Amino acid sequence: MANHSIAHNVYVPYLEKKGILSWLLSTDHKRIGIMYLVSISFFFLVAGVIALLMRLELLTPAADFVQPHTYNVLFTLHGSLMVFFFVVPGLAASFGNFLIPLMIGAPDVAFPKLNLGSYWIYLLGTLIVLLALMKPADTGWTYYTPYSATTDTDVVLITLGVFVLGFSSILTGLNFIVTIHKMRAPGMTWHRLPLFIWASYATAVLQLLATPVVGITLLLLIAERTLGVGFFDPAKGGDPILFQNFFWFYSHPAVYIMIIPAMGVISEIIPVFARKPIFGYKAIAYSSLGIAFISFLVWAHHMFTSGISSLAATIFSFLTFLVAIPTAIKVFNWTATLYKGSIHLHSSMLYALGFIFLFTIGGLTGLFLGALAADIHLHDTYFVVAHMHYVMIGGTVMGFFGALHFWYPKWFGKMFNEMVAKIAWFLVFVGFNVTFFPQFFLGVQGMPRRYATYPAEFESLMSLSTYGSWILGLGVLIMTVNLIAGLFNGEKAPQNPYNSLSLEWQVPSPPPHENFDEIPHVTDWTYGYGKKKEPEA
Amino acid sequence: MERPSVEHSHVHHMDPAVEYSSSKFGMWLFLGTEILLFGGLFAAYAIFRAKYPEMFFEQHKELNREMGAVNTCILIFSSLTMAMGVTAIKRGKQKLTAILLLVTIICGLGFGVVKYFEYGAKFAHHIYPDTSIFFSLYFMMTGLHMLHVFIGLVILAVMLVLTLKGKFTSKYNTPIEVGGLYWHLVDLIWIYLFPLLYLIG
Ligand code: HEM
Ligand SMILES: [Cu+2]
Repeated sequence: MANHSIAHNVYVPYLEKKGILSWLLSTDHKRIGIMYLVSISFFFLVAGVIALLMRLELLTPAADFVQPHTYNVLFTLHGSLMVFFFVVPGLAASFGNFLIPLMIGAPDVAFPKLNLGSYWIYLLGTLIVLLALMKPADTGWTYYTPYSATTDTDVVLITLGVFVLGFSSILTGLNFIVTIHKMRAPGMTWHRLPLFIWASYATAVLQLLATPVVGITLLLLIAERTLGVGFFDPAKGGDPILFQNFFWFYSHPAVYIMIIPAMGVISEIIPVFARKPIFGYKAIAYSSLGIAFISFLVWAHHMFTSGISSLAATIFSFLTFLVAIPTAIKVFNWTATLYKGSIHLHSSMLYALGFIFLFTIGGLTGLFLGALAADIHLHDTYFVVAHMHYVMIGGTVMGFFGALHFWYPKWFGKMFNEMVAKIAWFLVFVGFNVTFFPQFFLGVQGMPRRYATYPAEFESLMSLSTYGSWILGLGVLIMTVNLIAGLFNGEKAPQNPYNSLSLEWQVPSPPPHENFDEIPHVTDWTYGYGKKKEPEA
Repeated sequence: MERPSVEHSHVHHMDPAVEYSSSKFGMWLFLGTEILLFGGLFAAYAIFRAKYPEMFFEQHKELNREMGAVNTCILIFSSLTMAMGVTAIKRGKQKLTAILLLVTIICGLGFGVVKYFEYGAKFAHHIYPDTSIFFSLYFMMTGLHMLHVFIGLVILAVMLVLTLKGKFTSKYNTPIEVGGLYWHLVDLIWIYLFPLLYLIG
């Protein structure tokens, strides 16, 4: 680092330095991005295996594989790991770290050391949660009081772990906001920014505004268990619903922390493989901020059945429908971009199309849950499980897989086997629908969630869902093997395999240490495919 | 295929002006999240105070106003010395800065000592965090604030050592200024806590 004139023009791939410490002490945003990528992928796979075990239990009506208590522990772990260890940090921290400086033409993020610190804090959080496995919690990932205040499993450690992760998330978001404000290359105006950057920006704002609230909520729960504070305990004059209010004030916006980065990814992939300028650039950019804003007004739709006043419920129901508007704007603009495009079905494009399809189903079924009358019936049934997975897997995970396949050559300088990637996509897509589509019917028929056993009448749909999970699992397995194999025997990746216009493709794959030999001077927006036209001021 | 045309310029590193404004911006954002963290407690306070006005009124008499007032003065004074420290280093007066930082630290420690006696007195009267909702709030709010005082003290101590080592000059003093912002926040939050808890009614 000392002598920068030497670094000039000398090609230093960031992958070259060896040894675990060279990683754990690196402040290079690309390496930190890789560390996040490896960590979150690990938790995704672990939580995925737990999911397969749960589905295995649900193959038959009786509790023949695990007992109900174990099942409770499993869904708590599955939900907690998926949400707090995979999707929330997920795309934002891994791809955000890797891409933001590259896409805006900066040598690194604004605070490289703080960035490394955020990763350490993430590690610390994971260590705490490992400790919590000695007596794993059985509360569900929402840790609702009063049960979470009284169960004798180890709620304190797991919530402490999540609290620590929250800190990491706040610091990452803060770093990204400052980076996007202060580090853009000359000429990279706000209206020339790639849409992934807009999405990361909106996500970071959400991280900063919402995470402290869940932080204090979890601290209060910990104080409740350790000091006997009574905020959530009716016996002491507290209010158990208060926990739910606080919790969802974070967790509903958190849903968008999970999904907005994926939307950003889709907005990058589609114009490249439709070879058309993105349609409605500004509408997509600002709708991210719109979603971020509205998401704060709707938390109580998780509590229609928890005893809030019917006036409040009606208002929140109405507000919930508002979120559909900016979301629909995006879906409309993506479809319009595809229209009459010369579409190339690269594996990442397949994931992007999968995203649009599945996320639309997830979103539309969300409207049922946002509608008061329907929610009373569907609350805490498999309908919710299906909706949630359509949004989270159909949305975040499809976006994540799409991003993996799209930027893989840039991350690692290697190519994977495209044919195998397509087969894996097909299995994931089919397996996913076979797993979760039947659950909408299960929910409507009244099958409640979070039970290890169920009445015999549900057996055919339930076991269908379990078979689907095997196809899905196989797809993810093949995808993982394919991507890992590419690292070892893949061909060397060209600098710009898809003839992309955005900045990250204008540097070698993988990018050199400080990204750009010289800071670029940007003179046009990113999406001038076919016709080169900047959107009017 | 058209590409964004890439002209070349030779800025490689964050120039000091950008670094300065980035650090300040980053700290302001962080202070925002700290306020939101306390915001949860303030919301709980508002809810329970509306629910149990008599409890709040009766039990707040148990708190020691004098000690609270002394601590308020200490913190306000320390904010002043902190601000003077920032001005001093901007004028390049390293020695004066070190002295002012030291005074600020002593004030912070003094605040902790007073709190120690206050908590001690509460425990002696068998008042604990689980005594009532009011005292739950009292201990959570002042406890979380105390934690922030400690963090602030650690930051100030590091600044003091670096100042003594001559790391800061009239040109480069961003960390002191940013650390100072944090200390002002600690002071500000206390200024809200004091009337809410000690001066109800
Ligand atoms: C790999 C495929 C997956 C399968 C087969 C699967 C399966 C399941 C099952 C069986 C449940 C328990 C339902 C119940 O008893 O209420 C569940 C709950 C849940 N899943 Fe998944 N899941 C998968 C992926 C994911 C992903 C990717 C996420 C997050 C992004 C996720 C988030 C959740 C959450 C938050 C819950 C609720 C846990 C709770 O009730 O506390 N799942 N999943
Ligand atoms: Cu919600």
